Amino acid sequence: MDEQALRQLISDVEHKRLSRRDFIDKMVAVGVGAPLAAQMLTHAGVAHAQPRSDYKPTKRGGGGALKLLWWQGATLLNPHFAVGTKDQEGSRIFYEPLAGWDPEGNLVPMLAAEVPTAQNGGLSADGLSVTWKLKRDVRWHDGKPFTADDVVFNWEYAADPATAAVTIGSYSNCKVEKIDSHTVRVRFQKPTPFWADPFVGVRGLLIPKHLFEAYKGAKSREAPTNLKPVGTGPYKFVDFKPGDMVRGQINTDYHLANRPHFDTIEMKGGGDAVSAARAVLQTGEFDYAWNLQVEDEILKRLEAGGKGRTTVTPGGNIEFIAINFTDPWQEVEGERASLKTRHPLFSEAAVRQALNLLVDRGSIQEHIYGRTGLATANFLNNPERFRSKSTKWEFNVDKANQILDAAGWKRGADGIRAKDGKKMKVVFQTSINAPRQKCQAIVKQACQKAGIEMELKSITASVFFSSDVANPDTYTKFFCDLQMFTTTMTQPDPELFMDQFCSWQASTKENKWQGRNITRWRNDDYDKAFRAAENELDPVKRAALFIRMNELAIENHVVIPVAYRPRVAALGTKLRAPLSGWDNDMWNLRDWYREA
Amino acid sequence: MSRYLLRRLLIAIPSLLGISIVLFTVLALAPGDPFEELATNPNVPAEVRMNLRAKFGLDDPVPVRYVRWLGAMAQGDWGFSFASRIDVDTLILQRLPVTLLVIGSSQLLALLIALPVGIYAATRPYSWFDQIANTLAFVGFSLPSFFTGILFILLFSITLDWLPFVYRADISATGWQWFWEHFKQTLMPVMVLGLFQGASYTRYVRSAVLDVIRLDYVTTARSKGLAERAVIIKHVVRTALIPVVTLVALQMPAIFGGAIVTEQIFRVPGIGSLLISAILANDTPVVMAVTFVLSCLVIFFNLVADLLYGWLDPRISYQ
Repeated sequence: MDEQALRQLISDVEHKRLSRRDFIDKMVAVGVGAPLAAQMLTHAGVAHAQPRSDYKPTKRGGGGALKLLWWQGATLLNPHFAVGTKDQEGSRIFYEPLAGWDPEGNLVPMLAAEVPTAQNGGLSADGLSVTWKLKRDVRWHDGKPFTADDVVFNWEYAADPATAAVTIGSYSNCKVEKIDSHTVRVRFQKPTPFWADPFVGVRGLLIPKHLFEAYKGAKSREAPTNLKPVGTGPYKFVDFKPGDMVRGQINTDYHLANRPHFDTIEMKGGGDAVSAARAVLQTGEFDYAWNLQVEDEILKRLEAGGKGRTTVTPGGNIEFIAINFTDPWQEVEGERASLKTRHPLFSEAAVRQALNLLVDRGSIQEHIYGRTGLATANFLNNPERFRSKSTKWEFNVDKANQILDAAGWKRGADGIRAKDGKKMKVVFQTSINAPRQKCQAIVKQACQKAGIEMELKSITASVFFSSDVANPDTYTKFFCDLQMFTTTMTQPDPELFMDQFCSWQASTKENKWQGRNITRWRNDDYDKAFRAAENELDPVKRAALFIRMNELAIENHVVIPVAYRPRVAALGTKLRAPLSGWDNDMWNLRDWYREA
Repeated sequence: MSRYLLRRLLIAIPSLLGISIVLFTVLALAPGDPFEELATNPNVPAEVRMNLRAKFGLDDPVPVRYVRWLGAMAQGDWGFSFASRIDVDTLILQRLPVTLLVIGSSQLLALLIALPVGIYAATRPYSWFDQIANTLAFVGFSLPSFFTGILFILLFSITLDWLPFVYRADISATGWQWFWEHFKQTLMPVMVLGLFQGASYTRYVRSAVLDVIRLDYVTTARSKGLAERAVIIKHVVRTALIPVVTLVALQMPAIFGGAIVTEQIFRVPGIGSLLISAILANDTPVVMAVTFVLSCLVIFFNLVADLLYGWLDPRISYQ
């Protein structure tokens, strides 16, 4: 899909020939996240969809207790230190950003009075600044007013390297200035097409200046408010035990009418995913359970209990097999998988193509993941109903055999293919996790039929996913032929996600294997497209570039996508909770309610 | 007595130092990275992780880190958790009451079962009662607690819907309601731990009592015309208890360890679940502190066992 086709689609939406929803689904299918799709429509002047709210209660409170179950408890409640989802969600009970992302990729104002657009003067034409108007009459839980000073302070706090905030990436490339008591301007160093990052969504939660001012920089760890959050959110802080329990009570002074619905909230942590699902679906002890990485068969059985239901929220997680483009078995200048080597088998496109045909995604979905992992051919997210319209996936051992025969890989006496004295033997590694080992077995079986000998290797997750420079088994070193893991698109904009195929990101000894390009595939076209997208202000042109990059990675078989993994949560039958795949599960906690 | 105590305490110091060196080295050499989640998150620049590593002193050589840890520990500073950035001692103190409650009640339950059943079975060896008690005891300690735990959940929470299986340390109810809710949620973990311990204690009590009950002084006591009850309680049980006391005391640290699984199953926010989550998050200061506390417990309960010997059997001297 090129720029022309995109413009055609946008004009279809404009003239009501195509629904907004369908457009966004189409974009998601070709690898552009819903937020960028929505941005394209806004840019083209198609009216911004009024974010719908299905909130029914007509008064504040009276909903009783809301009980949430996380199988990993929140360990800290300062959003700027929130490493994992559990901490982000724990902080989200009390803190709010200027705006959040709804399931369709629209920005929903939270502490902002309105979403900045070119029409309302919020966005500058040169892409160098955004002006946010803040909502008035918002108060922190301790009664102090929320103003522009707080917003400016959050930037100072997070951008200071001494604070060691994990949100620094969103704040270090901009400057934030106060215009008046309720207006701030974010100035970027260079034209920034994706401006909705600072103060928005997961990394945009705002902490109060008056309580954190004294703890900026090196003293950040000592702030008492790190453990006793004072935010603007729908619930006020009551009690926190790290790793176990977060408790809150209704904020009777909340800045939105009739909200929140519940009188108290508790977020319990610990245990395992299966019993968490049980506590919601089967016994109804809890109202909500997070991230149920449980085999679908078990979930279905538990759902039969009738106390709750599971919801599947599309987001950006992909389980995929990465192919090594360098030779992991040869040492050059003391470095395995050095950029100076080429992989003896996979440097040949035909071999990669054959391998792509040997991954039986259908069986993997059917027998392992079910609703929780949908077969996909795209590296970026891809809802089921668009599967056939985008890059195709196919499982075909015969075709793989033909391709390998044609490329000159002949079967030896032992049934293993060889060419020029090189035997087709590969090692396939992944982390220890029951569904992954089953996947490995499915792939191995197919490869055997095609004359590829495959050795399976599984590594403890704590080693595989660590950045331990001394350990040869980490996934960033990738001293192996193939490896499988899930990559998460944690940001609504694909730019940071797609830099994992840029040549300058190659993971090497020199950068202590911190580079994000783990396959070490290098391609000039891809690099050029990425560079162009970085500075492209027209969202349509930019989206076309991302689509091109996605196609390049797939056409060249750099990675083999296995399954698209949406987020799965369990909800009590009567609980109404709007979830979004582009933000935290609790992004819109204020709208959660229980039907009578 | 006090000199003995002093001597034992002094001997404990080098053992604790040795233990701490081993623990620290093993943890420092173990694979894993407390900032693993940062490493896999593309939004967090690598510099943040490097910065944090430097700030928390993780890049220094192991001996330097050990000396720094020891120095801080000697001044009562346990360090802070990498995951929650809270002082480790606060974290442990938060978890301690629940662990003590669960483990204390389960030990009480175990002894309440083991003592009467074991003694009664030993006074009537190979009777019907003894046979049944023996069989149940075998079943009890052959079943691992993760199995009985899940079995209990299936039966009492899911099929019968009587008891909750998620433990909540802070219940908002007051008065009797509070007590009742706590009782309901504590019941299953305590039963799982207590029955398992009770089963093995029963076997010990029985054999200890059997050893003593045939000795001459017991026959003498009987021939003096003492009531059977007095013979058993005053003469037999007191002597027979000596090995049992050792066992119970030496088992205590192991029980803290065994409770880890049970705590995980029932989501009891105790020391065990703290240790598990710290291990999974590679939160070394917490792992170090908890394992160190456990080794202190081993040494402490050894001492308690030795002191109890002397009280139960004055023939044992402390010279």
